[in-house]
Amino acid sequence: MSILLVTEQQGGKWHRMSFEALAAAQAAAAGIDTPLVAAVVGSGVGQLAAELASKRVSEVVAIDSPELAQYSPDGFASALRQAVEQVKPGLVLFPHTYQVRDLVPKLAASLGGCFVSDIVDMRFDGGAPIFVRQLFQGKLHADVSASGQPPHFVSVQSGAYRADAVAEGPAPAPIRNLAVSLDASVIRTQAEPPYQDAKDAVDLGSAPIIVSVGRGIQDPDNIPQAEALAKALGGELAASRPICDNGWLPLERQIGSSGQTVAPDLYLALGISGAIQHVVGMKGAKTIVAINKDAGAPIFEIADYGIVADLFDVVPKLIEALEDSN
Amino acid sequence: MNIFVCVKQVMARDSVIRLDEGATWVRDDGLTFEMNEPDTYALEEALRLKEKHGGEVVAVTAGPARSASTLREALAKGADRGIHIEDDRFVEADTHATAAALAAAIGRERHDLILTGLQSDDSGFGQTGVILAEKLGLPHATIIMEIDASGSQLRCKRELEAGWFQTVTLPQPALLTIQSGINKVRYATLMGIKRARKKPLQRYTTDELGIEITAQQSVRRLYQPQQAKQTVFLEGGSREVADELLNKLRFEARVI
Repeated sequence: MSILLVTEQQGGKWHRMSFEALAAAQAAAAGIDTPLVAAVVGSGVGQLAAELASKRVSEVVAIDSPELAQYSPDGFASALRQAVEQVKPGLVLFPHTYQVRDLVPKLAASLGGCFVSDIVDMRFDGGAPIFVRQLFQGKLHADVSASGQPPHFVSVQSGAYRADAVAEGPAPAPIRNLAVSLDASVIRTQAEPPYQDAKDAVDLGSAPIIVSVGRGIQDPDNIPQAEALAKALGGELAASRPICDNGWLPLERQIGSSGQTVAPDLYLALGISGAIQHVVGMKGAKTIVAINKDAGAPIFEIADYGIVADLFDVVPKLIEALEDSN
Repeated sequence: MNIFVCVKQVMARDSVIRLDEGATWVRDDGLTFEMNEPDTYALEEALRLKEKHGGEVVAVTAGPARSASTLREALAKGADRGIHIEDDRFVEADTHATAAALAAAIGRERHDLILTGLQSDDSGFGQTGVILAEKLGLPHATIIMEIDASGSQLRCKRELEAGWFQTVTLPQPALLTIQSGINKVRYATLMGIKRARKKPLQRYTTDELGIEITAQQSVRRLYQPQQAKQTVFLEGGSREVADELLNKLRFEARVI
């Protein structure tokens, strides 16, 4: 049974995670020696389909309809249901985007299939796929198997596979326009154009040094300590989601899937546990330092330097040491 | 407005995790449990909508006997009644089984709006709300940051990626999954805790709801993740590790 990869695009531009998922799909297709069909969904997607056909895939299917110009759960679920029925894959892969989180539980449930969401790895045990997921906020990994009737639906976590690992094809793959019938009246949710709340006053993306605080900072009154360290290092102050949820720092200083994605030279994580929603926004940092009381915090899995200690003991000493050396 | 809010009991943050014998789940004994944090925001949003528009808030959970305390917490905060679909197997059940149970219980009653948290802090599938909507034939919207229920249609602010948002409009009844941070959650008052004891808490068995718990996906093995990087741990007195860290950053990593 083939593998169907469903890419994501918006207004003719790829979602960057589409190619990470394609890398995962190519690895899986090679692993069990099965055809890989790559799909692009939207309105006027011919050019994207051609680009996809240059990659190592067996076939590209274009699901092209004016009703798919804008995402809606009803419209996309209906279109993809028809695509799955025509392609008949054993596995359907997606990038784990916000849109996929909105769409695929519905799509899978409507077809009676299971959705193994947010996987970080996969392998095959005698042809049967084993998926690796993070549980308990990343503290543990789980090998997960799917049962029941295929197709099984799977989404691939941001950064789990490398987009630059995508293999080019020896010759352009055939492109099939897949006809789907869509009735606009089935679409119950209407979406208005996306907007940003406030222009980001701080561009964390260009900061070479970022000091970031998490729940371990405990109290808004402690934020100035972290700020002082950021200043002493010549860096910017940032935070994980709970800190911004509490209003202790403005949202534009939030790092993670719902905030900014950064790749500074130095990322110093203070009292950050390392939940995946945060990690996807900063794991590209060149050097990661984690200071956390909990030796089991997942942030230490990606840290270059780790200090298991109370940040309120270490931070003042770091500031002191920086001042002494100046 | 008849509002149902789905809540899950999970182990407390910072729990020390020990694997069970088969290494397919964690050991329950010695752990403390709390309401899944994303669900606390969904509950708060339900209570605020009721305060604004009237109606009833019903807290629903599918879980083992111990999860009744999470329903009591919801009642103490202001929910009018609770529904507990009680079965030990929900601890390790997949999102499909949980959604099926919730659909069976909620589907029996008039529902204008169903709220869930974004995802659970234990399994983290992030699917139960959307599957529940599909099973009940309802439209849904996920990762909601604001709800305007004053018109005939719901107008919601939906979070997109990387600091973008959009407004979505959908008819009622509907299901929304709530983003953490949408509101400031209230604490239960002593009076609230006292009142909660007298509020109705309906228990169902899976037999009574005519559902079976069948897993579509199951954990074969749980384990500690492998280190992605070889972390160098610095130890010693605070000033000592501070000096050592700055040395490493200057001369080894060369980033400061």
